[in-house]
Amino acid sequence: MHRIGAGGDILGRAVDRAIEHAVFGGELGRRAFIACVGASAAAAALASVFPVGAARAIAQEKTGPPEKKDLKVGFIPITCATPIIMAEPMGFYRKHGLNVQVTKASSWAMIRDLSINGETDATHMLSPMPLAISLGVGSQSVPYVMPAIENINGQAITLATKHKGVTSAGQMKGFRFGVPFDFSMHNFLLRYYLAEGGVDPDKDVQIRAVPPPEMVANLRAGNLDGYLAPDPFNQRAVFEEVGFIHLLSKDIWPGHPCCAFAAKRDFASSTPNTFRALLSAIVDATQYARDRGNRKEIAAAIAPKNFLNQPVEVLEQVLTGVYPDGLGNTRTVPDRIDFDPFPYHSMAIWILTQMKRWGYLKTDVTYRKVADEVFLAGACRDTLKALGYRAPETTSVKHIFALGKTKVFDPDKPAEYLASFAIRKV
Amino acid sequence: MRRDRLRVVAYSVLIGAVLLGVWQAAVAGKPAGKSIPGPAAVAATAAHMLAHPFYDNGPNDKGIGLQLAASLGRMAIGYTIASVIAISLGVVLGLSPVLYRAVNPYVQVLKPISPLAWMPLFLYTIRDSAQAAVLVIVMSSLWPTLANTAFGVASIKRDYLNVAAILQLSWPRRLVTVILPAAAPAIVAGLRISVGSAWVAIVAAEMLIGGTGIGYFVWNEWNNLALTSVIFAILAIGVIGVLLDAGLGRLSRRLSYQE
Repeated sequence: MHRIGAGGDILGRAVDRAIEHAVFGGELGRRAFIACVGASAAAAALASVFPVGAARAIAQEKTGPPEKKDLKVGFIPITCATPIIMAEPMGFYRKHGLNVQVTKASSWAMIRDLSINGETDATHMLSPMPLAISLGVGSQSVPYVMPAIENINGQAITLATKHKGVTSAGQMKGFRFGVPFDFSMHNFLLRYYLAEGGVDPDKDVQIRAVPPPEMVANLRAGNLDGYLAPDPFNQRAVFEEVGFIHLLSKDIWPGHPCCAFAAKRDFASSTPNTFRALLSAIVDATQYARDRGNRKEIAAAIAPKNFLNQPVEVLEQVLTGVYPDGLGNTRTVPDRIDFDPFPYHSMAIWILTQMKRWGYLKTDVTYRKVADEVFLAGACRDTLKALGYRAPETTSVKHIFALGKTKVFDPDKPAEYLASFAIRKV
Repeated sequence: MRRDRLRVVAYSVLIGAVLLGVWQAAVAGKPAGKSIPGPAAVAATAAHMLAHPFYDNGPNDKGIGLQLAASLGRMAIGYTIASVIAISLGVVLGLSPVLYRAVNPYVQVLKPISPLAWMPLFLYTIRDSAQAAVLVIVMSSLWPTLANTAFGVASIKRDYLNVAAILQLSWPRRLVTVILPAAAPAIVAGLRISVGSAWVAIVAAEMLIGGTGIGYFVWNEWNNLALTSVIFAILAIGVIGVLLDAGLGRLSRRLSYQE
């Protein structure tokens, strides 16, 4: 016998091993016991003293082949979607037994509707979107789950070249800014940044939702003074010589979540094995992208027309963090963009406080409950462990904001945090 | 007549040459990538794309021929649905002045709405982006045909209808032998305007929904700021538009009659 349960998956085995280890006191004791009584007797004996089935069920529900193998996953062509996209050309979906077609969508509203309407099975989203959609804010109310973050960091504030003298938020009064969507980290981080600099984002500047591809053109036309946008459109503005990178988003909140992998709760519960396989593929790809040594290979894989449709040069500058900033400097910031799938509940709580702060969320909600229902930290942890990676044991941590004077967000005190801001709508 | 024709061709070529010259002069001397691409760059892109019009590299990357075919297919469905509705309704309204005046205010309110404004509503209700795009085409090509059919039927000479009544023709025969032929020039004029607006709408609709189609192609190239491809696509859209219009122009010449 080398395993006790019926399932042959890694996670099941890991649990079995842990039990054997606990009961027999190590590998030697286990082997000796099996040698004496035979494998099946050993399994039966073990099952009689320890509820193996229950332990396996706690670690994960029963597994089997995916209920549905041919899937469509939506994406917006930005570097944030790197793991979702690269998983197709680099074979991560196939490796986990799925035949996935990644489908490009033109805007965040479209990706929301494609997903709600079931035209895609799962989708790339901005991490605030599954929260907003689940709550029915700025959308019909549909329960969503978000089992993995795609990227952390990786955004930037880009300003038009004519604003080269601008070095702080205080000098940005009267600016017109673009963000990709209302319910985006971009919007919330830009608002946070401006407000920390004493600029009221609702009164002193204009912030509009602009699809990322239109941002560079608008910056060139002088229609926008700047934007907080996903890459490659920050680096593309430098490449086109129409703007410069004012601030990387990681200098506002180091390690902030950005884009995410999400699906309707229905999809997760009606096809649990498919959902699990898909999540495994995504987490696997995300971990691969996390390794900086793989970034050049990834840039080449996702650059073609079928995926991002961008110059490889620009993608490499974004993914490797060695880039010209548009002010004549070449900068080296290895963690300019990084990939980490773990969806901390505390991230969701921060997002919800900001939705509240800026008046998007008008009702009172229990932050922790919403975070728990949408950000599936448990599923992500199980998947990480099953793939042999380390995973955080805690689902909620304090987040540290680096902008100016360091500020700490304590997820246990959201109300106090909200009240601490001088500039807010509520 | 012959001399006129020669002069038309000469002027046409001259205008084309001047436009190309102005375009080339405007971009000359500027480094590539820092201004809009010149005619030579666009021609190179066009040659490249026309050499492989039907390649298929997956759902997000197809050749220009496949993209145009997808758009035309989508348009054909929407346009056919719209035409059937518009001509049937138009005949009814044209024959009944009272009904015409009762319905007219609604038509006038609906007519100026950009067909794209319906998109979010369609997506929400029918929950299918491909069908939503087709419905956008329906909305864009409904009104000109409807208005023209109603007008054409209403202005049929009373004599024709009276003769049909005296001969005691059945309704279907009256429709097929008298009403439709008499109103045909007006109906085709409406269809001609509609095909133009449908073609205008499909490009914008596809930019919104993504997937396949010439509108998506423009959006995808824009995403990469590949302006040569965008300009090439604009020209392709224009050429197809001209062909569609010319086709219906031919039909209209065949159906016209002298009273």
